[in-house]
Amino acid sequence: MKNHLHTLKGAVVLALGLAAASATAQAGGEQYFPLQSYRVGPYAAGGTGFFGGFIDYLQYVNLKEGGVNGVKLTWSECETEYVVEKGVECYERLKKGLNGAPAAATNPLSVGIAYATLERSTADKLPLITINHGRTDSTDGSVFPYVFPLQLNPYSEVSAIINYIGQKSGGLAKLKGKKIAVLYHGSPYGKETNPILELLSKKYGFQLVSLEVPHPGNEQQSQWLTIRQQKPDWVILRGWGVMNPVALKTAQKTGYPADHIIGNIWSNSEEDAAPAGAAAKGFISITTHPSGTQFPVLQGIKKTVLDAGKGNLADAKRFGTVYYNLGVVNGILNVEAVRLAQAKFGKKPLTGEQVRWGFEHLHFDDKRLKEVGALGLLQPLQLSCADHEGGGAVRFQQWDGQQWKVISPWVQADRKLLRPIIEDSSHKYAKEKGITPRDCSKES
Amino acid sequence: MFYQESGQFSTRYRQDGRALRLWQQRAALWALLLLAFGLLPFIGNDYWFSAILIPFLVLSLAGLGLNLLTGYAGQLSLGSAAFMAVGAFASYKLQFLLPGLPLLLSFVAGGVVAAAVGVVFGLPSLRIKGFYLLVSTLAAQFFVEWLLTKFAWFSNGNESGVITAPPLLVAGHDFGSPAGRYLLTLSVVLPLFVLAANLVRSSLGRNWMAVRDMDTAAAVIGIPILRTKLLAFAISSFILGVAGSLWAFTYLGTVEPHGFDLSRSFQVLFIIILGGMGSILGNFLGAAFIVLLPIVLSILSGTLLSGVLPAGQLENLQKIIFGVLIILFLIKEPDGLARLWQGWRARARLWPLRF
Repeated sequence: MKNHLHTLKGAVVLALGLAAASATAQAGGEQYFPLQSYRVGPYAAGGTGFFGGFIDYLQYVNLKEGGVNGVKLTWSECETEYVVEKGVECYERLKKGLNGAPAAATNPLSVGIAYATLERSTADKLPLITINHGRTDSTDGSVFPYVFPLQLNPYSEVSAIINYIGQKSGGLAKLKGKKIAVLYHGSPYGKETNPILELLSKKYGFQLVSLEVPHPGNEQQSQWLTIRQQKPDWVILRGWGVMNPVALKTAQKTGYPADHIIGNIWSNSEEDAAPAGAAAKGFISITTHPSGTQFPVLQGIKKTVLDAGKGNLADAKRFGTVYYNLGVVNGILNVEAVRLAQAKFGKKPLTGEQVRWGFEHLHFDDKRLKEVGALGLLQPLQLSCADHEGGGAVRFQQWDGQQWKVISPWVQADRKLLRPIIEDSSHKYAKEKGITPRDCSKES
Repeated sequence: MFYQESGQFSTRYRQDGRALRLWQQRAALWALLLLAFGLLPFIGNDYWFSAILIPFLVLSLAGLGLNLLTGYAGQLSLGSAAFMAVGAFASYKLQFLLPGLPLLLSFVAGGVVAAAVGVVFGLPSLRIKGFYLLVSTLAAQFFVEWLLTKFAWFSNGNESGVITAPPLLVAGHDFGSPAGRYLLTLSVVLPLFVLAANLVRSSLGRNWMAVRDMDTAAAVIGIPILRTKLLAFAISSFILGVAGSLWAFTYLGTVEPHGFDLSRSFQVLFIIILGGMGSILGNFLGAAFIVLLPIVLSILSGTLLSGVLPAGQLENLQKIIFGVLIILFLIKEPDGLARLWQGWRARARLWPLRF
């Protein structure tokens, strides 16, 4: 009997030891990305494309280089359906990491979820990446140390559009007396930039016509009739989902030319233009990253990941589309942050706090862009403690009936003009929440 | 076996008026309270607090609000989320209009504003019933969402309509941590449940049930219909308003009007259908079910069934499961989970001597 007990004890000890050993073996060198993805629901088109591109890029880094400096990248998904509560639940579930691999950053790609996890991720010291969207004033990194609206915040977006219209009219001075209409989605997202447009209209002297389209935007007859009466020189479309193709179709019906409609960052995908058919031909939109597969990094992904049958896209035709490429760009930025942080903190799995340092020191010039094979795909950008956006430039593209063609070089937003407004807002937030902003001159 | 109530006699009127007349029930309640206040805050982790317990408590409260109106007073409503939104935005706005307003008082104030709005939208209930009333509350749902989006005043000039919670300070104590937010939520939810449990046993509660069962008959025996119905709307909206404030402040920490859309109203309705109409316990059961089922399915899809089904398909399956359950409950057990629990209890009393 005693013997028996001994064997049993031995077995238990052995089992425990093995379990512990395997756990540590797995944790040996992995960096984890928690993915709050959405593949079902009304915004599935965006979610599958973006997370497909993001995962394919992480896979590419793993297959090609064996991870970042030997630290393998790992990830798992949690479906949010773009619903805030589900996003929060996913955040809480995944933030601890996976099998001992620490989480690097969260990328929800949803304004609502980003807002809801903003304070949580600051408390948990986990960077929150809101590429091309998010809370504008989180650009001020002294108040929002863990939030990164990378590349382009909503204010920069409209500022760049106005600058482009200025260029087209022959200089910003020529904007005086022009009439610009903005057709916006009746939601927090749609209304976010209205104060900035008003400010710009005062500054440059153009007349602004603001028209709201109630959610979801499948009926826009009256708005476009107003546009026909008012005859604006340009129409800025701040649309979302079904609102975009409907706008283009109604514009055609009421006789407004598509090549004077400029879509914003969420009106710029193939899924926005293609359903409008011929009405979309000539439609212009902004983008932070061209679609297309000619970039070396995309060719690399195709060769290493897709051709090996390890791609994430269910529909291979979407390779190189706008949402997919945004995912790839997001992957490049995340991996670069990990790489930079590793140079400082050592070549091992890093905590969110350490990766945050990497994000804050992101620096892409043409040389570095060429090295990662993303020249022309990703804009040159440099982040700092105070500036969590970095770029603020967009390119313009035009729909030729089949696909997007890039028609402009990088157009910069007037970021100097926007900065005081952003700081006003972030300081107001800091006061409401009792946050003392960091002193950025003391950060290394 | 578990419920041996013989030998427990009431010898005083006070004892007869108790909500829980068996000592086993009282002991179980105390044990639960001890667990909720004394043990859980120490053993729970962030995930349990932020993703399960807090939404469970808040949705239970929202369910209670609707249950008083629909389950007890018989007035159908699809405006629950609208009243939650009113509560949340009113609490938020009042915090700014009256700086220094204590947090708990702003919850109450939010509830009072929601109650006022509830009474306004409850007025049609004096003339119309059933489905037609449902449509008038549906109007509340759309109107409030539109109003809060349209006018930035409600979100304190924030053009995008998003509000964020103030620091959760009660009497100088910071309840900002996950465990703190859980305790704060629990301390707000519990008194309201005690209040409601006593309310439905009071004369007002009996009036509600009389109106629910047949309002003509109720009027004939002298129940003031106007007052009874409007009080139902007011109290229900008050509780929903507090639930909305909690949803915005202690659960999510930030909310936009769209967060209180029609699907939230349906969610609250499902809680009381699944949990049990006209039951206090049912709100907890329904809320637990509605919070836990998606999480269980999602974890299942991530672990057990990964590879078997494409990612995300289980989420669609979840909608089917909910739909089927709602239909099954409506056919087989219109009184919901609470009724199942009651049945189980009745059987447990006899077990193992069934015959």
